[in-house]
Amino acid sequence: MAAAEKQPITGAGAFNGILTWVDARFPLMALWREHLSEYYAPKNFNFWYYFGSLALLVLVIQIVTGIVLAMNYKPDASLAFASVEYIMREVPWGWLMRYLHSTGASAFFICIYLHMFRALLYGSHRKPRELLWIVGMLIFLALMGEAFFGYLLPWGQMSYWGAQVIVNLFAAIPFVGPDLALWIRGDYVVSDATLNRFFSFHVIALPLVLLGLVVVHLLALHEVGSNNPDGIEIKKRTDPKTGIPLDGIPFHPYYTVKDIFGVMVFLLVFAIIVFFAPELGGYFLEHNNFIAADPLRTPPHIAPVWYFTPYYSVLRANTINFFWVDAKVWGVIAMGISVMIFFFLPWLDRSPAKSIRYRGPLYKGALALFVASFLILGYLGTQTVTETRTLLAQVCTVIYFLFFLLMPWYSTIDKCKPEPDRVTH
Amino acid sequence: MSDKAQVQPARRKLIQLSACAGGVAAVASAVPFAASMMPSDRAKALGAPVEADITYLHAGEMMRLEWRGQPLWIVHRSKEMIEAVKAGDAKLADPASERKPDELTPEYARNQLRSIKPEYLVVVGICTHLGCSPTERLKSGPEPFDPEWSGGFYCPCHGSLFDLAGRVYKNKPAPDNLKVPPHMYLSDTKLLIGEDKKG
Repeated sequence: MAAAEKQPITGAGAFNGILTWVDARFPLMALWREHLSEYYAPKNFNFWYYFGSLALLVLVIQIVTGIVLAMNYKPDASLAFASVEYIMREVPWGWLMRYLHSTGASAFFICIYLHMFRALLYGSHRKPRELLWIVGMLIFLALMGEAFFGYLLPWGQMSYWGAQVIVNLFAAIPFVGPDLALWIRGDYVVSDATLNRFFSFHVIALPLVLLGLVVVHLLALHEVGSNNPDGIEIKKRTDPKTGIPLDGIPFHPYYTVKDIFGVMVFLLVFAIIVFFAPELGGYFLEHNNFIAADPLRTPPHIAPVWYFTPYYSVLRANTINFFWVDAKVWGVIAMGISVMIFFFLPWLDRSPAKSIRYRGPLYKGALALFVASFLILGYLGTQTVTETRTLLAQVCTVIYFLFFLLMPWYSTIDKCKPEPDRVTH
Repeated sequence: MSDKAQVQPARRKLIQLSACAGGVAAVASAVPFAASMMPSDRAKALGAPVEADITYLHAGEMMRLEWRGQPLWIVHRSKEMIEAVKAGDAKLADPASERKPDELTPEYARNQLRSIKPEYLVVVGICTHLGCSPTERLKSGPEPFDPEWSGGFYCPCHGSLFDLAGRVYKNKPAPDNLKVPPHMYLSDTKLLIGEDKKG
């Protein structure tokens, strides 16, 4: 029996007794050691390593504020818009819960995008972390779904027409598309039935999936160990006696303290936005969404929330029919691929060096072009369509895809510097 | 029993068969869950036709109604508008409404103006791209999206353009013309939309 071999817990004062009792019946100390006090992370983490723990913090904020909001929100097409205004004006502290939740949605995507950019900088998606990256991408997809379903709930003009457009994306799939769109909506148009089921997806189905995936993501991370800004494996150089990586430090207390500092800075910025600019000039809460949904009239200018605009621009950039397939279907395909292509990154990247510190000019240039085109596409997605903007979006879409499609070529011929043996500073 | 006991093929086969049977049952029981997401009987029943009174719809004006939860437009085209439609074929993707005629254009509207009477256009105001409702820009004149605009509809979502007969412009994201719903004249000033049986 394993329980009999465990040592009694010391050092917890009055709690020694109860913790020893629990530990004999649950792997308390084993979990603590494996994931915190004896999880050895590289000692050279920098700024970019804050965003994983911050994304976890935002997840907690979204769950807690979401629980409170669901107590007063009504998922009914005739009541939803008014119930959000009721939360804003009459529920005690309701405005705060709502603004925390709406700002949290944008903060979540900021953290996730920076977290993903970190992987592109330091090669965190490369072997042996391919599965970790794939699980992360699944989290990103679940998060996009969560944001999309949640955005219908206020039942404003943007909610309504955004849902109409996205559900119709599925209708563009050949053969099964129209029935699939019907199945998603539960009606022939976006209606009360759609709102009610999106509420169910938003508060139950996807949060469960998200939490499960986050646990898997952390387990996969702790199995392979964290990458670091030098992109080298700290497990290659271990203390011969203890087997502990020479460049590793225990996650707790070193990185718990670092992350708590990050949390404080984040919360400061977050609070400033929540209290002084919760709409952030129409980027976090769009102006048109303060008008109740009107199925007969699309607002003169519609755009998704900022975190979807790069993909939305890719969708709009396809305006030419070719190979007997409509531009509409090409747009939907291109948009789908622009998200899904990230899954293949670990295998597209053939560079001998993982970290940007030791990669050559080709990758640095390609990454800079990619980030620029991503940002430009994001900006264009918030704007109305003109010929010049469509052309610019088409150029950026091509750059976006070439970053991935040419990667096996340019990452191979790139002139990399030799990687160091041990982590630097 | 020792760890080295022989695998008994008959028992192994029984396990495999029962696992398959269980799998079939599990898949079958997923059907009601998936099917419960299809439109309910109430949603299906809301497809009744609507009547429109066009007595006070003057030339150059447009009215909107709701039909099956979708916007429905009736445009009273002036003489100039009709001329503009007739002159604009070259810019269009499908001027003769040949694509998906059974779905989008009833027989009596398969003409250049896509209507029963030349003056009155009846279309569903849902863009064939991704389902936004285009904005009316009925007057001709320069517009940000087309310096030589001859009147029609502009979709704010993805920039598709339609002329005053609901016909889509070339090289725009929308593949098809706007849908002309089944409709008929009950009298000179009364339209029934959603049904077109003669007599």
